[in-house]
Amino acid sequence: MTGAEIKEAVLDILSGIAPDEDLSHLKDEVAFREQLELDSMDFLDIVMELRKRYRVQIPEQDYPALSSMQSTVSYLEPLMKDIAKK
Amino acid sequence: MTRDFLQDTRDSYDVVVIGSGLAGMTAANTLARAGHSVLLLEQHYKLGGLATWFRRPGGHIFDVSLHGFPVGMIKSCRRYWSAEIADRIVQLKHIRFDNPMFSLCTSFDRQDFTRLLVERFGIAPATVEAFFDHARAMSHYDDQQMSTRELFEQFFPGREDVVRLLMEPITYANGSTLEDPALSYGIVFSNFMSKGVYTFQGGTDKLIHLMSDELRRNGCDTRIRCPVERIEVRQGRVCGVRVHGRTIRTRAVVSNANLLGTIFHLVGEENLDPQYIGQARAVRLNNSSTQVYMALKPGEMIDEEACGDLLFTSTAPAFRTDLLLSREISSRTYSFYYPKTRPGHDRCLIVASTNARYGDWAGLPPEEYVRQKRELTESTLAAAEKYVPGIRDKIDWLDCATPVTFRRYTGHIDGASFGTKYEGLAVSRSLPQQIAGLYHAGSVGIIMSGWLGTVNYGVIAANEVDAFLMHGNSQLNPQSTTDP
Repeated sequence: MTGAEIKEAVLDILSGIAPDEDLSHLKDEVAFREQLELDSMDFLDIVMELRKRYRVQIPEQDYPALSSMQSTVSYLEPLMKDIAKK
Repeated sequence: MTRDFLQDTRDSYDVVVIGSGLAGMTAANTLARAGHSVLLLEQHYKLGGLATWFRRPGGHIFDVSLHGFPVGMIKSCRRYWSAEIADRIVQLKHIRFDNPMFSLCTSFDRQDFTRLLVERFGIAPATVEAFFDHARAMSHYDDQQMSTRELFEQFFPGREDVVRLLMEPITYANGSTLEDPALSYGIVFSNFMSKGVYTFQGGTDKLIHLMSDELRRNGCDTRIRCPVERIEVRQGRVCGVRVHGRTIRTRAVVSNANLLGTIFHLVGEENLDPQYIGQARAVRLNNSSTQVYMALKPGEMIDEEACGDLLFTSTAPAFRTDLLLSREISSRTYSFYYPKTRPGHDRCLIVASTNARYGDWAGLPPEEYVRQKRELTESTLAAAEKYVPGIRDKIDWLDCATPVTFRRYTGHIDGASFGTKYEGLAVSRSLPQQIAGLYHAGSVGIIMSGWLGTVNYGVIAANEVDAFLMHGNSQLNPQSTTDP
C-alpha cells in the first residue's frame, strides 16, 4: 500500500471508532488528540483494527508513533508496503 | 451421578478465559469475535463475577453492584458488546450526600460539582477549574509519590469537607483511600465525576443474559461450575488448564481470577521468577465489603426526592480511611432501586454497602458470626430509618452479605471486592513476560476497577492475546490455529 492508501485505511478505521466526528478537516501533522475526542481505548482499537484488517503488528512501545496521521503513515509505510489495498 | 459440566468441550482451544467477571467476559467476547476458539470457565453457577444479582422469595431481585458506573461504559459496551446493551445504559440523576459536614444532592458532573464547590463550599472558581484540569491531565508518566491526601492538600488545604465530597464516592466505587497514589485518584475522578453516574436498565441479570447471548453468537464456549485447579505451564509457556481433573490444552490463558490467586494458587511459585514472586508478595489486596439487602413489600414506595439513587452517608465527624473499614460502622452507601430499574417490575429495594475487613469476619464461631450478621442488619435498619421512615414495617425480605460471603461466591482471597491495590497493576501487566501466553485481567489498582475499568482491561488483555496468537501462528505453527 502507498502512503495515500494507508491514510485512507486509517481514516476508515477512525470513522468507525469516532462515528460522530467530522474527519474531513483532520490535519495530518497535528496530533489526533488535539482534533478528536480520542482516549487510550480508542488508540488501542486502532491497533486492533490494523491487526485484524491487515495483520500488522504494532508493539506497545510503538504506540506513541500513532499520535498524528503523519506519524502514523510514516510508521506504517515500511510495515505495509507489501500489503494489498482492501 | 454428578453432571459433567465439561460435556462436549473440545480437547484444545486457542484461548481459555478463567473467570467470567466483566473483564473475563469482555476478553472472551473480543477474542471470539476475532475468530479464535475460546473456552470461558466460571467456577460459580452463574456468569458475571461481582456484576451479579440474586433472587429471593416474593419476587425480589437484588443487584449487588449495579449502581453506578461512568459514562464511558456506553462507548465500551457499544464497541465491545452490542448496541442493544449500550442503549440500556441510563443516567442516575440524584446522587446524595448526608454527613455531619453537609447534606446535598448532585447530578455528579463537572458542572454541578463546580457549582457546589463554589456556592456551597466557597471555593474560588479558578481553584475548582484548576483542580479538575489537573486531575484530568494526570497520566502514568507523572510522579507517583504524591498521595491523594497530598493532592487535596495542594488544592483545598485544610478543607476536610471538600475532601469528603470528592473522595467518598470513589472509595465506594473501588475501595481507594487517601493513602493511595494521587495519580490513580486523578484518572478515576476524571472518568467518574465529570459526566455523571450511570446504571443499566433491566438490572444486572438482563445485562449478563445479553452478554451471555452475545458470547454464544460469537462462538465462545462458556461453562459454569468449572473451577480451574491449575494453569499448566511447560518450558515457560502456557500449555493448558486443569479443571474437574481434566486437562484442556490451550496456547493462551486470560485469568480473570484475583491476581494473587492466579499467581500463587493457579500458576504456583515454582513456575515464576523469584524476583517476580517478591513483587507479587508485596501487592496488597483491597478490602472486602458488607451489604445489607432490604426488599420492600409490594406497593411500598421510597420517596425518590428524599433518598435519590445513591446516598453516601456518614455519622463520623470527618472522612477517615481507618473509620471506613472499622466494624463500628459510621459510613454507609445506599443504592436505592426503584421500579424504573427494571421496567415492568413493581418493587423498591435498598442495598446498604460498607467497606470491611475479611479478618473481622472470618474465623468467628458460627453462633457469633450469625449474631454479628444480625447486629449488622439491625444497625443498618436503624440507620436507614432516617431516610425511609417506618422502614421496619415496610420490609418484606432482609438479607446480609459479609466478607465471608464475598469469599464464598467469588473465590477471591480474603473476599477482596475491589481486587488489589495500585501496585498490582505492574504485576498483572508483566505476567506474560514470566509465562508466555499467560495474561491477567481484573481489578488491579483502582484505575482498572469498577465496571468500566474491568471491561476495558478485558479488551487490553484480549488485544495482547490476539497479537500473541497471530505471532505464534506465523512463527511456530503456520498450519493450524487451534492445535497448541
